[in-house]
Amino acid sequence: MFASEQIVSTLASLGVTHVVTVPDSTIGRWEEGIQQSGIKLVRVCREGEAWSVAGGLVLGGATPIVMIQCTGLFESGDALRNMLHEWKLPIYSMIGYRSYLNQDTLPGDTTLVFTEPILAAWKLDVRLITEPSQLSVIAEHYRACKAAAIPGVALIAEGNA
Amino acid sequence: MIDLTDALAAVRGFRKADDVVITTMAASRAWMEGGMQPLDFTFVPSCMGHATSLGLGLALAQPQRRVIVCNGDGSMLMNLGSLVTITSQAPQNLVVLVLDNGVYEVTGAQPTPGSAEGRSLGHAVDFAAIARGAGFTAVYHFSTAEAWTAGAAQAFGVPGPVFIWLDVQPVPGRAGPRSPGPAAQRAQAFIQALGVRR
Repeated sequence: MFASEQIVSTLASLGVTHVVTVPDSTIGRWEEGIQQSGIKLVRVCREGEAWSVAGGLVLGGATPIVMIQCTGLFESGDALRNMLHEWKLPIYSMIGYRSYLNQDTLPGDTTLVFTEPILAAWKLDVRLITEPSQLSVIAEHYRACKAAAIPGVALIAEGNA
Repeated sequence: MIDLTDALAAVRGFRKADDVVITTMAASRAWMEGGMQPLDFTFVPSCMGHATSLGLGLALAQPQRRVIVCNGDGSMLMNLGSLVTITSQAPQNLVVLVLDNGVYEVTGAQPTPGSAEGRSLGHAVDFAAIARGAGFTAVYHFSTAEAWTAGAAQAFGVPGPVFIWLDVQPVPGRAGPRSPGPAAQRAQAFIQALGVRR
């Protein structure tokens, strides 16, 4: 939906210092641009790690975001709960919403059943991004979450697994 | 086997004034009993296994400051991938200690699947080999208090990331660590102690 340059420009304008990530076929295409921009890329081995690495970065004064697929959200539960709700660290995330735009690769993909209810269960402030014209919505939502010192999620619709 | 209190006493001895010390599980309880400083991060409540990841984030954000993570073997086994993540970033200011008592002490001392008692083959996993395989080059293993006392200076003196594996005596029957206060308030106090400005 978004070119790497668009995402990188948005992250840079928001002052993001680190992107903590496990790639998927959509967000993985942004890695090279992120690295070239000077924003530090932290590749973790599984998504639960991303929240605690980002938590340490926030405690230490950095401004990270977590960038993962919704399947990684499913495996992130305890780390997300601890970092966002117990330590109340306002970590923003961009989460790829697999199969939202089409299910050609995975007909009947159950990520469509579980992603939004799970985000709601974790009591997260979410913006669903389904159109290229919504790039500015991500920035506006990020700024609003930062001003309120709360975590937020940009849920990025994807077309492929 | 090293007494847990003695194991942590050496950490206190080599800890610099501006070092961060992260403790979790039984190590948190023992560390708190020895007295606290503003740059101690008692990771209670935790997401078990994530002290190494939290420490990595802190080490990356505060590269001028050493971060010492006092982890347990059960916690380490829950997040072995974090060792690979750590070496991929290679922070020179990060020290990971694994205080290996072979059990989940705070839940009643059940054997971990890494301990000799918890494995059908009857021999424990080799954390030093795991650390080396994950890419650590500064790897130390101490099984006695004497060896730890003699070797700690070198282990704390080399550039990180450093991996230190200590065989410690379990303390069965002790309660798990209690949070010393509301987590969110402690996070803010810790940020202030680091001198972070937002």
